[in-house]
Amino acid sequence: MAPHDIRRPFKRAAISDQQKRRELSLLRQAQNRRDAQQQARCLASSILSLQSAAPESQPEQSDIELETVPEAEQESEAFSKDLDVRQASKLRGPEVRKWFARQLMLPEWMIDVPDRLAQDWYVFARPAGKRCFVVSSNGTTVSRQRNGSILHHFPSALPAGAKIRDGSGSAQSYCILDCIFHELDQTYYVIDMVCWNGYSLYDCTAEFRFYWLNSKLEESGACNAPSHYHKFRFSAVPVYNCDQSGLHAAYTGVVPYAKDGLLFYNKHALYQTGNTPLALVWKDENCSQYVIDTDGKGEIPSQQQVVLELQDDRKLVTSDDPPVLFGCLDGDIIEKSGLHTENLLRFAIGDGGLSFVDGKLEKADLIYLGKSNRARAFADSYSKVLFQFMVRHSPLKIDDLLASINSANDQEKTPSDIEMVG
Amino acid sequence: MEVTQVLFNAQSIDGTVRKNAEESLKQFQEQNLPGFLLSLSGELANEEKPIETRKLAGLILKNSLDAKEQHRKFELVQRWLSLDATAKSQIKACLLQTLSSPVFDAHSTTSQVIAKVAGIELPQKQWPELIGSLLSNVHQIPAYAKQATLETLGYLCEEVSPDVIDQDQVNKILTAVVQGMSASEGNIDVRLAATRALYNALGFAQANFSNDMERDYIMRVVCEATLSPEVRIRQAAFECLVSISSTYYEKLTPYIQDIFNITAKAVREDEEPVALQAIEFWSSICDEEIDILEEYGGDFTGDSDIPCFYFIKQALPALVPMLLETLLKQEEDQDQDEGAWNIAMAGGTCLGLVARTVGDDIVPLVVPFIEENISKPDWRQREAATYAFGSILEGPSPEKLIPLVNVALTFMLSALTKDPNSHVKDTTAWTLGRIFELLHGSVVDSPIISQANCQQIITVLLQSMKDTPNVAEKACGALYFLAQGYEEMGPSSPLTPFFQEIVQSLLTVTHREDAGESRLRTAAYETLNEVVRCSTDETAPLVLQLVPVIMMELHNTLEGQKLSSDEREKQSELQGLLCGCLQVIIQKLGASEPTKYVFMQYADQIMGLFLRVFACRSATVHEEAMLAIGALAYATGEDFAKYMPEFYRYLEMGLQNFEEYQVCAVTVGVVGDISRALEEKIVPYCDGIMTQLLKNLSSNQLHRSVKPPIFSCFGDIALAVGEYFEKYLMWAMSALQSAAELSTHIAGDDELVEYTNSLRNGILEAYSGIFQGFKNSPKTQLLIPYAPHILQFLDGIYMEKDMDDVVMKTAIGVLGDLADTLGSHAGSMIQQSVSSKDFLNECLSSEDLMIKESAEWAKLAISRAISV
Repeated sequence: MAPHDIRRPFKRAAISDQQKRRELSLLRQAQNRRDAQQQARCLASSILSLQSAAPESQPEQSDIELETVPEAEQESEAFSKDLDVRQASKLRGPEVRKWFARQLMLPEWMIDVPDRLAQDWYVFARPAGKRCFVVSSNGTTVSRQRNGSILHHFPSALPAGAKIRDGSGSAQSYCILDCIFHELDQTYYVIDMVCWNGYSLYDCTAEFRFYWLNSKLEESGACNAPSHYHKFRFSAVPVYNCDQSGLHAAYTGVVPYAKDGLLFYNKHALYQTGNTPLALVWKDENCSQYVIDTDGKGEIPSQQQVVLELQDDRKLVTSDDPPVLFGCLDGDIIEKSGLHTENLLRFAIGDGGLSFVDGKLEKADLIYLGKSNRARAFADSYSKVLFQFMVRHSPLKIDDLLASINSANDQEKTPSDIEMVG
Repeated sequence: MEVTQVLFNAQSIDGTVRKNAEESLKQFQEQNLPGFLLSLSGELANEEKPIETRKLAGLILKNSLDAKEQHRKFELVQRWLSLDATAKSQIKACLLQTLSSPVFDAHSTTSQVIAKVAGIELPQKQWPELIGSLLSNVHQIPAYAKQATLETLGYLCEEVSPDVIDQDQVNKILTAVVQGMSASEGNIDVRLAATRALYNALGFAQANFSNDMERDYIMRVVCEATLSPEVRIRQAAFECLVSISSTYYEKLTPYIQDIFNITAKAVREDEEPVALQAIEFWSSICDEEIDILEEYGGDFTGDSDIPCFYFIKQALPALVPMLLETLLKQEEDQDQDEGAWNIAMAGGTCLGLVARTVGDDIVPLVVPFIEENISKPDWRQREAATYAFGSILEGPSPEKLIPLVNVALTFMLSALTKDPNSHVKDTTAWTLGRIFELLHGSVVDSPIISQANCQQIITVLLQSMKDTPNVAEKACGALYFLAQGYEEMGPSSPLTPFFQEIVQSLLTVTHREDAGESRLRTAAYETLNEVVRCSTDETAPLVLQLVPVIMMELHNTLEGQKLSSDEREKQSELQGLLCGCLQVIIQKLGASEPTKYVFMQYADQIMGLFLRVFACRSATVHEEAMLAIGALAYATGEDFAKYMPEFYRYLEMGLQNFEEYQVCAVTVGVVGDISRALEEKIVPYCDGIMTQLLKNLSSNQLHRSVKPPIFSCFGDIALAVGEYFEKYLMWAMSALQSAAELSTHIAGDDELVEYTNSLRNGILEAYSGIFQGFKNSPKTQLLIPYAPHILQFLDGIYMEKDMDDVVMKTAIGVLGDLADTLGSHAGSMIQQSVSSKDFLNECLSSEDLMIKESAEWAKLAISRAISV
């Protein structure tokens, strides 16, 4: 029996960095697991909340990476449209795609020039990038793309957008911004403001919303350079009255972002979810790289492609409300391809093109290609199909827009701008 | 078989002869095990055989009864138990006979073999006459027989646990042993054997230590033995005192004064091995009191716990000067010698423990010593003063220490650069590290580091990194804690202006020729890791620049060809450090969107390097590379799918690594990371992963700590793949169910309770993931049959009343998940459960926010399930 060793650690730090790495990994994994479960649970509670008018309490909704102390506050107020958005910002799966797509104001494509452009409309250059909703609440900020997928999850200087212990952002406050994320300079360009600091702007005119956007965004510090508590810069875009010089400035002016067409907003329009003719998008080769739609591989197909929804009476319609009828699908195809009502289907427009009578679509030469990409939530809108059709055959030019402004008093509509070739 | 010749040949210097002999021994053993063991015991017992062969025979016998590996040991035990009874009794008779052999090697080996046999047979209630016949040996005349018997008793007490020997026999053993120790025993070897035997027998003496007379007797004999003229007896006696100090702390009051006197004399005058044990006695008392006082600070229940007798506090005025004296007895170059352990080191360590035990009280006793010695010309005095200062930094309050540190800091910084003695510099750097570790950062109200001295501190530390390896290593350590203290200090760190320079200096250190000494390279990388971890957004671009640098280093380790096993080990170690560093960087950059975006450009290359690191080895997986891949998967998200075809086999290999269970556990965690990253895209790999995980669960060879994370991992996979999990549902549920049954009723020590709770947590996380994964799928009805059992499990652990907060939160969440997914199908079942009422209410009123939130979620889900 030998003497027993009694050596103790000498001048050694008690920690092992490897052990620390293991423990930190485990900590991160546990946190991620919690987040994943939380997300799954929150989906349930939102579906629930959409069904029942006033649930007694909402479960926790903190699922950010940085957070350590979850907020105890519960939302108990009756459900408004705005609160739904905050709930929904934590949704996942196909529900969320539809839900989100319904919440954004979606501009129609400009297929004719609206009246009183110079008086009633704003114009600005649309930044190229991902359209998304940015929701800040409860000390975190989430951005969701049109299809509902999370783009970023981050702290921001928006009210309630980061966990900062000075308690400036009350738990009740939140923001919802309509943005385009511009990859190149990693900036969120705010194109519309839906809610600010708990104050809903849904029912405000664009005129007011843009005014509020320009003053409040700057004040909040969200336009500052990124930092620890503010991961991305936000920026407003220069908005012009759509007069001669305004349109010219938006079209040719130098902006810090790549342009993807021009957006026209009616000054008196409220923030209306879904497709609206009170916001319009227009583009040509000079102000956008993406004038003609490309396919999944990024190539321009030889024939224009459209996505339409199949109705139970075999009718093929657009996503507009009310839907626009494009044709009927052969029963054989439906059976052979195992198609169901509400399927989104992809078609090419054949050489027969689109035919119009009195400005209304009368007939379309559709060639069935197959089911659309699962990520799609909706069929194409009528204006989109038409705009794409025009781009390929007889585009609406910037000069047409300028001309329309110049003859501002001219009450005459310009349906003849659409030159039918079908 | 002529076993003597074979045993002789087995020790031949001629390799061929040796190999043949070993081969024939092996054959003999395989063909006729009882005959083989009998021949060996016969050889051992035969006084006419040469010492060498008897000794080897004993050794082979011993190895055929016990092994280090748990499963091998189990096999050997079973093999012995199933052996023919006649053969066994013949062998045992030979062994007892050999114990009286005058040949030292023969009886000494035999006593170990007997103890091994006893270790197997006594718990089975076999060999009942053993202890009786050993005790009758004690009275034999030849001293060597007495000595051998006492040694056997000592080994026996080491092999078997106290509960297999009844008190009557314990009493007899202790009587024999303590008598053998007493001064009346004339033979030194016998006394030594008895003293060493007592060390092992102390654990059997619970009842005897509760009896005042018997305890007094044992303590008197032990204390007398500390004064024996034979140094080995004194040392063994002090070892007994050390063991008594932890086993019978609460019985020491009557003896503590005497023990102090004895130990003080030994520390000052005795030979080093004895003095070290004497110091260890006080270190051990400190350990006890620190534990007890910590319990006081916690939720002290008062009844069963041992009270603190404040021995250290009482001994303080005499104990501290005694320990301070030892500090002056340093050895030259002890800092370069990894294995060094001397009286100065033991004394300083004890001083540190005393400081932790008594807190503020130690400061006035040590400060005069520091002041007197810190500037003396003799390096021993300067080093001792510095070491004393460094030792008392943990324990006393910051209020007491910070004024001292503020005075000392400048002096220390200057000593670190200017002191001519390397030993002093080593201790100074270590002390600075302790200062930064314990008194710098958000825990302390008045910062000891200002903008003014921060620059100086960094300059000095970086300069010291060029010093000898041991000093440089301590300087790295100090920088580690300096950086740590600035963690979470806000968006701006005082280290930012120096970040580049610090990183550069650390990288330079890793390239030093002598970086292999004193753990220097490891320390440099670990410090780099901490600097990165604690960095802020301001330096994110610099961290990004570090990525290709570390990648290049890792690339370089992969270039070497045809390595010797020594080189291979070094390569693997370096790869570990580099993968660890990359892991820290990935985790850092991956946590913030803008940096993650830029970092991702390296993802392909980094993954390529990790795969090559794996490929360097044949059968095992590099743990650090695996950990780093987990971080990479988290940062990459679903794009990680592109690495899966190549990575999968290493993932499987990691899951199969039972031997290095840490690797297996890490890999299980990575499966979770990958599930979350890939979601449905993990489906093609699920068959393989699930099969392996289920295999692991049913294996006895896998360390039990890996099992709870495997269950959690089921949940991760189920959540990722949704209803696709149906394929595995039956298997997973059955594994969960049997584990759940095991984990409901537990009785055991704290460690078992802790393990059970981690097992429960894993099971519950699995249920959560499965329920949430199946939600809204048409297959939820598949889960209905499992609901009664799960509710029963929840009720069961609720009623056991021993779950921790984590389990509570997970458990109540599962109740919600069950209600949420099964809805009205489970409504009445849920209403009947205890969990849905008492447990839920308890959670709703919990002060723990996480529990409360989960409970509120459960309440909501239940109200929906029962309302529909």
